Amino acid sequence: MMLRIMDDQRYQRGISIASRTVLWTFLLLGVFLTIFPFLWSGLLSTHDRSTMFSSNFVLHFSNQLLPNYDRLMELMPFWQGMFNSFKVALLGTLASLLFCSMCGYGLAVFKFRGRTALFTIMICSMMLPPILTLIPYYLIVSSLGLRDTHLAVWLPFAINPFGIFLIRQYVVASIPKDLLEAAKLDGAGAFRTYWSIALPLLRPGLATLAIVQFVFLWNNFLQPLVILTSTDQMVITQMLRRVQGIPNTPWGAVMLGTTISVVPLICIYMLSSKQMISGLTSGAVK
Amino acid sequence: MSKQPDLAGPVPDLNPGHSATVVSGRERVRDWLNRGTPYWFVSPYIIIFGMFGIFPVFFMVFLSFHTWNPVAGLQSMEFIGLDNYVLSLTDPTLWQSLWNTVVMALLSGVAQHLVALPMAFLLVSLGQRARHWLTTAYFLPYVTSTIAVSMIFYIMYSPQSGVINQALQLLANGTLTSWAFGWINGLMPIAWLQENNLIRYSISFVVFWKYVGFNIVIYAAGLSTINPDLYEAAKIDGASSFQRFRFLALPLLRPFIFFAVTLTIIGNMNLFDEPYVLTRGLQQATANGMTMSNYLYRIGWEWLDMGSAAAISWILFVVIAAMTGLYFWLFGRQGLGGDQ
Repeated sequence: MMLRIMDDQRYQRGISIASRTVLWTFLLLGVFLTIFPFLWSGLLSTHDRSTMFSSNFVLHFSNQLLPNYDRLMELMPFWQGMFNSFKVALLGTLASLLFCSMCGYGLAVFKFRGRTALFTIMICSMMLPPILTLIPYYLIVSSLGLRDTHLAVWLPFAINPFGIFLIRQYVVASIPKDLLEAAKLDGAGAFRTYWSIALPLLRPGLATLAIVQFVFLWNNFLQPLVILTSTDQMVITQMLRRVQGIPNTPWGAVMLGTTISVVPLICIYMLSSKQMISGLTSGAVK
Repeated sequence: MSKQPDLAGPVPDLNPGHSATVVSGRERVRDWLNRGTPYWFVSPYIIIFGMFGIFPVFFMVFLSFHTWNPVAGLQSMEFIGLDNYVLSLTDPTLWQSLWNTVVMALLSGVAQHLVALPMAFLLVSLGQRARHWLTTAYFLPYVTSTIAVSMIFYIMYSPQSGVINQALQLLANGTLTSWAFGWINGLMPIAWLQENNLIRYSISFVVFWKYVGFNIVIYAAGLSTINPDLYEAAKIDGASSFQRFRFLALPLLRPFIFFAVTLTIIGNMNLFDEPYVLTRGLQQATANGMTMSNYLYRIGWEWLDMGSAAAISWILFVVIAAMTGLYFWLFGRQGLGGDQ
């Protein structure tokens, strides 16, 4: 009787160890598959065509990193592209912080004719597929003379309806109406109340919005592809994509460029992964 | 929307103007400015959305009944009635690209959710620290640019020297593994992106890889809202962990699943970036690899036929709306009902 129970316990423990091993192998395999492409592009940036296209399995670093950098510089105005991407993402993010917070605040605080209609239109516009408005967007940008400018790439995204909705919810949840009333009694105008009293209180919401917008604009491809045509204006994703068409592409150099282009966001992500994850899924989880 | 508090109600003075006795011109201007205050706040949205949202939609209706070559200017626009629609709907390439879009949406979408659900369940059962690190890793692809990621996969899929084929070759020729994988040698080199029969799977894998982490995070967040006492009770009642997943977690996750699947449907039906890069800018294996958005881009910007492109975007819009509508109709009550 005793023996059987002991056996049973040992058996149980064995099962539990085995299942934990399987579980962790599985989970870590997932991590490996997720990280691997990034490591691989980093590894390939140290190779040139001859070692890359040898049919042997290469799992070591090569010595071509600096030559690849030179090739990359020859291939495209790389840092110009990085700068353009950064400029588009930064300006678009700043503009959307201003516009979305203004609109969200307006919708939350004031009662005015057309508010419900505006709100409904906003929610509906979230469902419009981006490709549907691509052609008229291109047309409007062209007729305003904004083709090949960065303004055209970020301006339409400065009024992200998701962002407006987010800020509106934040205003409703975190700004006590007594405070606004007090500001009013102290003689502050509507804009002053918004700027010096509401905005500081909205900081967490603005941070979330900034994350969503920056990541989106940095990675956005479709609008730049259609609008930006001269090489100097192109964003980095466009420049990298374009070299696919070149015969005998120096892939080592391209992989170096790709690796450098994903590094900024990965660095930001490493530093604030918690905020970024909760920010980017905030539309879904709340 | 129901919890929208009436901030303006008890604070009527925030929105003054009606009470002020208008005397001088200056006062009148101020009064006008005050009354317009709410509109000043929402004006950036109205202006930009009018320009890039409302006008485009109406213009698209108009444009889809015309032929227009944008290079030739607005004068070249000509009314042709329903011709664009007729032409598009009888275009076999359009139907093929629609089919490609649906197949890839299903392949990558179904895989995403089938993997993400159990993964999230496993993650939640771990300690706080392990969970945080693993989530951070899984979510990484979502943060990085689709184009950069697709470029990396484009290299990895390369038939002669790509790491995927090299790894397969290693398996096929290895002394320990050749008995099981030797047959792969007969298929080498596998042209993942050049072969028409394979490209959908290759593209779908990249899409799956990129978005599975996002769904894991959503589901993990959903699972952590479930009261742990429920799990304890189920455990005491002798439910295995599969049973706890199937009969406890899954039903409670329903609103999250509903939402995540809706996002996947809309996102996947609009797929553009991944196939664009993996078909080398629509140069190779486009027969099975081209999505509807890709085809629209090709017609509008490569063939410069904006009228047909407009008609195609409406067709795509109707398809997406119909699919989302069908999904809401089939599962909406279940999905949203669990919310309350």
